[in-house]
Amino acid sequence: MHRVLHSFANPFYFRQSLPDIWSGFTINVQMMLIAEVLVLVLALVLAIVRGLPGRGAKPFRGLAIVYTDFFRGTPLTLVAFAFILGIPGLDYPGISHYSNEVYGIAALTVVYTAYVTEVYRAGIESVHGSQRMAARSLGLSYGHTMRYVVLPQAIRRVVPPLLNDFIGLQKDTAIIGAIGVIEAAAQANNFASSYFNFTGFLVAAVFFIYLTIPLARYTDHIIAERERRERATAT
Amino acid sequence: MSANGRFVSIENVTKRFGDLEVLKQISLDVEEHGVVCLIGASGSGKSTLLRCVNLLERVDEGTIVVDGETITNGKVDVNALRRKIGIVFQAYNLFPHMTVAQNVMLAPRKVRGLSQREARSRAWGLLDRIGLLDKADEFPDRLSGGQQQRVAIARALAMEPKLMLLDEITSALDPQLVSEVLNLVRELARSGMTMIIATHEMSFAREVSDKICFLDGGVIREQGPPDQIFSHPSEPRTREFLARVIEAGRM
Repeated sequence: MHRVLHSFANPFYFRQSLPDIWSGFTINVQMMLIAEVLVLVLALVLAIVRGLPGRGAKPFRGLAIVYTDFFRGTPLTLVAFAFILGIPGLDYPGISHYSNEVYGIAALTVVYTAYVTEVYRAGIESVHGSQRMAARSLGLSYGHTMRYVVLPQAIRRVVPPLLNDFIGLQKDTAIIGAIGVIEAAAQANNFASSYFNFTGFLVAAVFFIYLTIPLARYTDHIIAERERRERATAT
Repeated sequence: MSANGRFVSIENVTKRFGDLEVLKQISLDVEEHGVVCLIGASGSGKSTLLRCVNLLERVDEGTIVVDGETITNGKVDVNALRRKIGIVFQAYNLFPHMTVAQNVMLAPRKVRGLSQREARSRAWGLLDRIGLLDKADEFPDRLSGGQQQRVAIARALAMEPKLMLLDEITSALDPQLVSEVLNLVRELARSGMTMIIATHEMSFAREVSDKICFLDGGVIREQGPPDQIFSHPSEPRTREFLARVIEAGRM
């Protein structure tokens, strides 16, 4: 037990590794925030495209389905490898000369967009058809009905699952570290290689947990709040 | 308005859901400022007929003319048609994420292009008329069923429709809440609103309508002035239906 503590939770190495891992962690946070904003927007667009009515929209619906099927089924690690190692090798002007962090954000965005599209879609489908019917029969167009009636209700309903995916995204930024971005996990690994001590991993874990626990509690709070409200209206 | 004074003209309309014919060769006219009540058992096709008039359902055969315009030929601008037809549903279908005032203001703002201020003053006028001005900033789930249904009527009226379709609007209400909604509909009828009303409230139908239309299994068995239908029904099916209604104490 002593050896475990010494190796994984040594106070001396904890302090020693803290600054480097903290600076690595700021990169995790940066990647997460940028990717999350992109994901929220792109996934909403895809979810809307997937729900478009009519024959004319069929090819677009098809593309959206292919996209979500492909990237939901592909491990993030593969996508990240392909982007971080592959794109610079293409040597295309304009897209091949960014930092690994940018490709990492792109990989996270592409994969998480596929998940979050499904979350949005579930939300959109959970809004009862009578709401659309009421909106359409007031003369609102399809677009207005989506924007003012369906989406506000749909998004409200999927906030908890969205926050869950947000937590997943946050953690998966560490995968990007394994491939070539010096973020918190990579810093911890460097530290372990230099000092033959793994306390750095604990430090990195503490940072991640420090960020995810408030999010998890917030998610619980939202769910509880909603249940309270629904109970109140059911009576 | 068409030359002959008819605001809605339904001719030989048939509607199928798969193999099931829910409307069979229905023909019915509604005069301008007229009130027509559709009566009949649940499943007789009342709601479907109403939904065909604002194209929430497409008819399979026959024609419907509204305000001089044939709406069943597939060429009509559906949104433009719905702007002049208000519909109120059994389940109110208010938008739960919006306040009462926002519910009433949405379509005038986005469809009619009214300014916030114009829409607001129109909404306030209507909420005052239905006696719910004090609820303007409440969310629908804070209101009773009767209040929600009155708001749904106000929301439809905010588009200044020329025709109102009421689809069993009191069927989901507790008995003591029915009259507040019916009073509002009475007032609408007096003000000259053209209406088609699907209802189970027979006394109300008799009092408020110019014409009663008895649907049975997707067919109009009998139509005519209320006194004729209720006092001297000529069809045995109508007599049976009314006898059952009286038995159930609903008249």
